[in-house]
Amino acid sequence: MDVLKRVPVAEQDPAKRAKNFEEVCLGYTEEEAVLEAERCLDCKNPRCVGGCPVSINIPAFIQEVKNRNFEKAYQIISESSTLPAVCGRVCPQETQCEGVCIRGIKGEPVSIGKLERFVADWARNHDIKPIAPSEKNGKKVAVIGAGPSGLTCAGDLAKKGYEVTIFEALHEAGGVLVYGIPEFRLPKDDVVKKEVENVMALGVKIEIDVVVGKTINVDELLNDMGFDAIFIGSGAGLPKFMGIPGEQSNGVFSANEFLTRNNLMKAFMDYDTPIWKGKKVVVVGGGNVAMDAARTALRLGGEVHVVYRRSMEELPARKEEVHHAEQEGIIFDLLQNPIEIFADEKGWVKSIKVIKMELGEPDESGRRRPVEIPDSEYEIDCDTVIMSLGTSPNPLISSTTDGLEVNRRGCIIAKEENGETSKRAVYAGGDAVTGAATVILAMGAGKAAAKGIDEFLNR
Amino acid sequence: MYKILKKKLLAEKIYEYVVEAPLIAKSCLPGQFIIVKMDEEGERIPLTICDYDRQNGTVTIVFQTVGASTLRMTELGEGDSFRDFVGPLGQPSELCREKNLDEIKKKKIVFIAGGVGTAPIYPQVKWLHEHSIESTVIMGSRNKELLFYTDKMEKVTEDLHITTDDGSFGFHGMGTDQLQALVDAGQKFDWCVAIGPMIMMKFVCLLTKKLEIHTVVSMNPIMVDGTGMCGACRLIVGGEVRFACVDGPEFDGHLVDFDLAMKRQSQYKTEEGRKTLAVQEGDTHHGGCGSCGGDK
Repeated sequence: MDVLKRVPVAEQDPAKRAKNFEEVCLGYTEEEAVLEAERCLDCKNPRCVGGCPVSINIPAFIQEVKNRNFEKAYQIISESSTLPAVCGRVCPQETQCEGVCIRGIKGEPVSIGKLERFVADWARNHDIKPIAPSEKNGKKVAVIGAGPSGLTCAGDLAKKGYEVTIFEALHEAGGVLVYGIPEFRLPKDDVVKKEVENVMALGVKIEIDVVVGKTINVDELLNDMGFDAIFIGSGAGLPKFMGIPGEQSNGVFSANEFLTRNNLMKAFMDYDTPIWKGKKVVVVGGGNVAMDAARTALRLGGEVHVVYRRSMEELPARKEEVHHAEQEGIIFDLLQNPIEIFADEKGWVKSIKVIKMELGEPDESGRRRPVEIPDSEYEIDCDTVIMSLGTSPNPLISSTTDGLEVNRRGCIIAKEENGETSKRAVYAGGDAVTGAATVILAMGAGKAAAKGIDEFLNR
Repeated sequence: MYKILKKKLLAEKIYEYVVEAPLIAKSCLPGQFIIVKMDEEGERIPLTICDYDRQNGTVTIVFQTVGASTLRMTELGEGDSFRDFVGPLGQPSELCREKNLDEIKKKKIVFIAGGVGTAPIYPQVKWLHEHSIESTVIMGSRNKELLFYTDKMEKVTEDLHITTDDGSFGFHGMGTDQLQALVDAGQKFDWCVAIGPMIMMKFVCLLTKKLEIHTVVSMNPIMVDGTGMCGACRLIVGGEVRFACVDGPEFDGHLVDFDLAMKRQSQYKTEEGRKTLAVQEGDTHHGGCGSCGGDK
């Protein structure tokens, strides 16, 4: 075995998986995991831990995998992470822990994500759950939103003995893990549901169907319902659109709508909620959500084009997702930007007009700014357009909570180190604070806020 | 789970359910809506709140069976439960806010209800009546058999006008004809609330624009989550994208692009999707507007 190369992981065949919703990556076997774990140098000064937003003791858990103490490995991860089976699947490890791995200097970094996933799956299959604290401290915390930041914050506080209740607006717990990320990347019943159950095993209560800001508000939670502190992890909000002519035509969807119908409402499983199955689909945007929408449309039977205004190098989606998308047959129309959508006489999308772009000087984000090439417009025939351009914050909580400050974009203002907001006893984190970001960053914010709330309540 | 305490057939295919939902009953106001999901496989269906009882913790909804999902919902009876019942969502009616009371008292208000639109009109008229504000109500349906809530409405307004398209009861004609007749007879209005099928709201708005009466409509576009996440319910109002679930459902009717809204409402009009469209239109689906291809 070449020690510079990682142990490859089994995946479903691209041609086969392009037609089903089963998981793409099949994960390591025990033997493969042990072999990969042996590649870890167990550095004295492990840079990977610093690269992890929730600071998992990575070398320690990998050593346990090497010694086949999988249960111990799970306990080490659980000290820092509430959702390891999720993170092992959806974290951008290549820019975090694996991005700074010493092994990566000469060869391929240790496959930390796949090892984390292996350990979490092994624990689940052996029915090992995190242990609830034996003593409660008598203090109550309300968490708003059962997504990655809320679940993490709730789990950490429960471990410290707090009585935690999560209020979730939708009919399932999980947030973006259930409405956004598709089944083929993150199985719902086998993985997400089990991780949520693990959080509940720590003593956390989850109340679904409660929209904070509508059903009850933040002040009621604090003043009437006896909560000592609150964490707001309400997630991202309304989808953005381009504002180009024809965008309101039938067959133009936001990625949020398309994915929610498919994932949360389980349209692909023939539940009652309908989904439009386009034959030729154009997805506009280049983030992870765009990849998820594109690969979902493909599985529903469409030919799918991703239209993105910069080049492959600037594409913000994870490399692994782009690679999988290409393997499955997604067509990337790069350096192009939509300028108009045309509809037929019945109001349905029939084509999208795009203009070719070239890259100019870097803009404030550090990426090279795309510039239109004059007279390069052309039309792409399609019956569906999915806009994946990010979201703007949901106003439900900020507009109904006195004294909670938001920035000019409408995001809640919270301190990065402890989640503290402008309102006493109210903490916040995740997409509600940062705007659309990643699962692991939201988890990191939930973790920091749990620490902040613990300090506040022990002052 | 949300227990169904009462179920009643109000008229052909029109059902009233009283549901135990204390948190919603405590905080809701006229104009707001709930989302109901009957079971694991069900859709999230938005329905405007038709009444509420804060003391007993109940919320009343009314809907017409128009497709697979609403038909399936009627399989549930008293003692059964809905899996999910979420709300109150959206903004309350501008008329039903305590802090605006002095302003509202000065207004001459007319309500125009079409078909199942009578149900969401009722709590607004009732709220005003309870706050000593009297209003005029025009409620119309296709025929006598489809009328409901007339007795309830009589208790909350002294100026009730009932119309039927076929003349089988009350004024022979549409709500718009009745409004024109009242105005011709010298009645003055400066605030109109119209709720019913989109095509009806569109025509009310065309008339009230001419009559220079400010008009509010309650939009019921396709929704999925209903909490400001998916963007399915977007409308063009005054040239801008607005979301019915968080910005509405009530909007200035003179600014709503109804033609676009009706077109968007027909999105699931395919051979196999027609049934579903009817469900998604919920209580505004009456057929006849042309959007659904005439599955009536």
